[in-house]
Amino acid sequence: MSKRSNVFASSLGIIFVGGLIGVLASLLQKFGNPGNMGICVACFERDIAGAIGLHRADVVQYLRPEILGFGLGAFISALLFKEFKPRGGSSPFVRFFLGMIAMIGALVFLGCPWRVILRLAGGDGNALFGLAGLVVGVGIGTLFFRAGYTLGRSEKQRIGAGVLIPLLFLGLLALRLIFPQIEGNPKSGILFYSVKGPGSQHAALVISLIIGLGVGILAQRSRFCTMGAIRDLILFKQVHLFSGFVALFIGAFVANLVLSQFHPGFIGQPVANTQSFWNFSGMLVAGLAFALAGGCPGRQIFMSGEGDGDAGTFVLGMIVGAAVSHNFGLASSPAGIGQYGVYAVVIGLMVLLLIGFTHINRIES
Amino acid sequence: MKDLVDARGLSCPQPVLLTISKLKKAGLETVEVLVDNDVSRENVCRAANSQGWTVLEVVEEPGQYRIVINKAK
Repeated sequence: MSKRSNVFASSLGIIFVGGLIGVLASLLQKFGNPGNMGICVACFERDIAGAIGLHRADVVQYLRPEILGFGLGAFISALLFKEFKPRGGSSPFVRFFLGMIAMIGALVFLGCPWRVILRLAGGDGNALFGLAGLVVGVGIGTLFFRAGYTLGRSEKQRIGAGVLIPLLFLGLLALRLIFPQIEGNPKSGILFYSVKGPGSQHAALVISLIIGLGVGILAQRSRFCTMGAIRDLILFKQVHLFSGFVALFIGAFVANLVLSQFHPGFIGQPVANTQSFWNFSGMLVAGLAFALAGGCPGRQIFMSGEGDGDAGTFVLGMIVGAAVSHNFGLASSPAGIGQYGVYAVVIGLMVLLLIGFTHINRIES
Repeated sequence: MKDLVDARGLSCPQPVLLTISKLKKAGLETVEVLVDNDVSRENVCRAANSQGWTVLEVVEEPGQYRIVINKAK
């Protein structure tokens, strides 16, 4: 298993991985996950925040095994291929805030970049505004990078730091097994379970976990990143990651056609609303936050599985951001944006610009 | 002329940005880039090739990779 022969990091490799994730996401919807939400990293981290009681929005509480599988799969893959390298110390405090703001923006749109593509592949026209927002947000991020933006260097850390996120995910998986869902009951032991709404829609534990582990392994090998796809295209005119992004769309689109899950339109799309400007703005904020942090939410989980404590800090920031979103009425719903969603977008953007402008290092660049 | 880019500890896209910025500097024949992880190694090699440079060798050293890039003739 030579590091030199990483076939998944090749052009064909990333296309294969992107396409496969698209098909698996579509299948997960068939197996029970919410519509156009086969795998949404932001939504699923939000559900996890609800499952452990960080927020009490009773329609979005489920300890999603896919996310746990992502982190554990990446951890296993990194160990197997000798890429597990505990590291950290690159502005962790800032990264925590970037994670929180990324989640707040994503929940105004109602999805992460993965879900932008999955919503488009399912025919949800509202996602076009999310995609535009994502491109603009990442585009602003590339301007910061051109100006010399950096969160500083990370340093090698002890193994005890690198295994914390994999151990956390293992612990959450243990809780999911110790306190399984009781039909029609909103609580099982210390875990919350939605009995209605998107949180109540999920594939069987084993299916979700196996697909999560598989995607975790493949994405760790291929370095799959949806934000990076757009960033590299704008910054370097490089299509490598973007080809995986497009493959994800095509894989999900074809699978949706085959499974009769393609329903084009703007009205009545699953877990979506038609407020175009806020769909655009929410994803702009999320896209800029992902860009400034150096990876989409999926990639942040995969990197944390490789021992990257900074990425792990971002992941924890996203989970706390989900709690803030739902506790303070920032998150949207199919009825429209949340009561204070507008303020969340404006303040989130201002904080991101503050972080961006204050981390420009002209000397090193 | 030879020049060195130290991209150790930096995350995407900074190793690639620093490398490309160095490759665009006039008068350089060989550029060496230090990175400390496999993703940066792959990204820097891919970027060098896309800029029309040749990756001569990738030397694995304790805790880092030394990527030697040469201007294509």
